[in-house]
Amino acid sequence: MYFFDPHIHMAARTTDDFQTLAKMGCVVVGEPAFWMGYDRSGANSFYDYFRQLTEWEPKRAANYGIRHHSWMGINAKEAEDVGFAREVIATLPEFLQRPTVLGVGEIGLHKCTRNEVTTLLELIDLGMKTKEQLLFHTPHLEDKYPGTRMILDILRGDSRVNHGRVCIDHCEEHTIRPVLEEGYWAGITLYPVTKANPQRAVDMVEIYGAERILVNSSADWGPSDPFAVPAFILAMRRRGHPASRIRKLVYDNPLRFFRQSRNFRFAGPEEQPSEA
Amino acid sequence: MPTPPAANEILDREFLDLRARLIDVAAALDRIDRAEGAVLNDPRLGQIRQSLQILSTDSADRAERIQMVFSLPYREDWRQA
Repeated sequence: MYFFDPHIHMAARTTDDFQTLAKMGCVVVGEPAFWMGYDRSGANSFYDYFRQLTEWEPKRAANYGIRHHSWMGINAKEAEDVGFAREVIATLPEFLQRPTVLGVGEIGLHKCTRNEVTTLLELIDLGMKTKEQLLFHTPHLEDKYPGTRMILDILRGDSRVNHGRVCIDHCEEHTIRPVLEEGYWAGITLYPVTKANPQRAVDMVEIYGAERILVNSSADWGPSDPFAVPAFILAMRRRGHPASRIRKLVYDNPLRFFRQSRNFRFAGPEEQPSEA
Repeated sequence: MPTPPAANEILDREFLDLRARLIDVAAALDRIDRAEGAVLNDPRLGQIRQSLQILSTDSADRAERIQMVFSLPYREDWRQA
């Protein structure tokens, strides 16, 4: 079964993972700009990272037949220094025009501070000025519930935001309902210990349905599973869900969401004409 | 959509996994008790006890309720805070 991983940090993974993903049927990955494990020393460091995501990673992925797309932004962990964040934000317009960029992300909250909110508002404003799609990171662990509610409050207050072009990611049992009820896409991240796992993701699909749900691994430089989406596929199969429903979650949904980005041009393997 | 499995089918499927994870939880709590020092007033233990109580209730929203036990509260007036 062909699938997307709409949120995975391939810059932190070797080409072994691209190779295995390709063998498993991955055709597209979405990679948001994120925290590299320590705070960057300057805006130039971000500039080079954005170049990596928009120049190098698409080439690495293409060697394995995978389309690589990215999101540009300053992550919530490095958003506390508003002056520094503004320097980074100033570099974003150049990258938002690049042909593999889907929109602004992953932006959001970390400890839900006033400064993080200030940076977030400016990132949303940038995205709205150029009509970008938005991808939100919701906080970890104890901060996830209040942070998600705050993000929803912020977005509700901005009439420019098209809810259908926004993904609120890393949803869990206590945050997914309001995200879906307000018309956003809900990302469910299969990440050990701190987020969901395949079984709980299947539970959430069974409770809330398959509409506007994106399943992803968010695999990165930490203990994480870049093959979490195939693990989800298996979990769905073992619970008896039909292939059509599984395909909707791991292929049709991300395809529909990504196609809303002006830079996304993709003809899937099943849309290409067969040889005579 | 396939016919959802009956409760007894789900119990058959999940039982061994549940058993293993409950033993894991018990073993971790035992480790804490065997160790030197007292953590009786640690709020995290309070969260764990609250979660265990939720587990023993009869409702289909235990996962969501336990998530909330481990969550900070949301304040509607956060903009003024």
